Amino acid sequence: MNAGLRIEDIEKDITDEFALFDSWDDKYEYIIDLGKRLAPLDKQFKTDDHRVRGCQSSVWLVADFRDGKIFFEADSDAMIVKGLISMLIRVLSGRTPDEIIDARLLFLKDIGMHTHLAQTRSNGLVSMVKQMKHYALAFKLKDPVVSKN
Amino acid sequence: MNAPATISKIFDVNAIRNEFPIFSREIKGRPLIYLDNAATAQKPLRVIDALTGYYENYNANIHRGIHTLAEEATAAFELTRDAVQSFIGAAFREEIIFTKGTTESINLVAYSWGRQNIQAGDEIIISTMEHHSNIVPWQILCEEKKATLKIIPVNDDGELLLNEYKRLLNSKTKLVSIVHVSNALGTVNPVKEMIASAHEVGAVVMLDGAQSAVHLDILVQDLDCDFFACSAHKLYGPTGVGVLYGKRKLLESMPPFQGGGEMIKEVSFHKTTYNDLPYKFEAGTPNIADVIAFRSALQFIQETGKEKIRRHENELLTYAQTELEKIPGLRIIGRANEKVSVVSFVIENAHPQDIGILLDNRGIAVRTGHHCAQPLMDRFCIPGTTRASFAVYNTKFEIDELVKGLHKVVKILT
Repeated sequence: MNAGLRIEDIEKDITDEFALFDSWDDKYEYIIDLGKRLAPLDKQFKTDDHRVRGCQSSVWLVADFRDGKIFFEADSDAMIVKGLISMLIRVLSGRTPDEIIDARLLFLKDIGMHTHLAQTRSNGLVSMVKQMKHYALAFKLKDPVVSKN
Repeated sequence: MNAPATISKIFDVNAIRNEFPIFSREIKGRPLIYLDNAATAQKPLRVIDALTGYYENYNANIHRGIHTLAEEATAAFELTRDAVQSFIGAAFREEIIFTKGTTESINLVAYSWGRQNIQAGDEIIISTMEHHSNIVPWQILCEEKKATLKIIPVNDDGELLLNEYKRLLNSKTKLVSIVHVSNALGTVNPVKEMIASAHEVGAVVMLDGAQSAVHLDILVQDLDCDFFACSAHKLYGPTGVGVLYGKRKLLESMPPFQGGGEMIKEVSFHKTTYNDLPYKFEAGTPNIADVIAFRSALQFIQETGKEKIRRHENELLTYAQTELEKIPGLRIIGRANEKVSVVSFVIENAHPQDIGILLDNRGIAVRTGHHCAQPLMDRFCIPGTTRASFAVYNTKFEIDELVKGLHKVVKILT
């Protein structure tokens, strides 16, 4: 899905999309809309094993390793977090472990969403990014426990 | 009750707001609407001035120095103890111990009184609506001492079931530790009656007054509680200062909580004797600046008038509950007869975290989540709520803005 595009290119696309909005309400409405459009996660994966702990909202994250690339699927009970996740998936899914480990995700700051990264307690976004990178590291080290199957 | 018409008759809210520098701030281009007062209250200028005044003019370590600065700092520090004694109606100034907050006050009792007095087979009673800080210290103690924790249930309105409470009391009950006012629901518990019942079986009673101290008149002698804990920062004072009140006899019988300077009379490697109350429980250099500034906060409350503040807050509460209920899908959690100015609610198909983020976009600060009271959220089968809590400086206009904001939020989220 990201054929030919580097992580930085997709981050730039997202930043450009957000530049179109002048109010915070519009930005968040767009994020919520992204969340609503995120492919639903199969119920069988919504277990504690796949839960990424945040203080207020729940996030479930599943990673699948195919042909040297990691594919993520995720869901959340909170809409804004779900929208933020959908952007992370757009940027990081289908990448090699090294690309994911090295990703700096600066677009979150550019679109004004870094505040969600600043406070670890209030939502699952920080834990989510950390978990994606853990998966990448684990697959890189060929740890078998993290595979979806 | 006609809220909007009567508000201005109680006091000049604008004059009060002018005492709080933070209200000149804008959040995301809009004036700050601060409705998270149950988490912490904003600070009037006189509190901030008292803090800087100490550092600029008489910063010194207290109690031991003989120079002028040390004497001035000690005098100011001890004046706050007198102010707290009068604020909660304690019999003796030595009964006021400064801690770093309600949490530390409760832990002090759990570690000092608890480890001395709780034995295997004893029972400690708390309630379903406790903050985690009035649950976990007792869980730790019970586990260590093989004692049992008993829980008073609540009804659907968020009120304690007093009959169940009375059924739990027995000769094995050594301690009842209950919240005076629920942080998550605003419920005011009938603690005077509950304390009397506990005393009938010989139990000691600890009151968690973190939420009550700012809203209710606290008269510890009249309530007859054995321990009372509260935090300065919810009383328009600085963070990092808490109060533990204990009846003198109890405090005298208790071993120290922490060892160090200040809390000793004489130290030798052979034997150490402990200082008298209250210093026995105040090891080390205390939070001098913040304790001193706390007195300015208490003065602010007294000058404004606790009764007037309460009437103002009650009108805001009534108005808010009426207006909030008009929002489609909104359900208020906690409908106790006796409540302080806290409204917790859920909205169908809208996650509290999303509500909180979208309100913040409009400059409105509310609290969302489980409010450190997960067992209570489980009781109501909800993951959390959105909570608006009102203070002396809030206005009906701000509630209108909250309601407008929520209408918009509902439109976006559902």
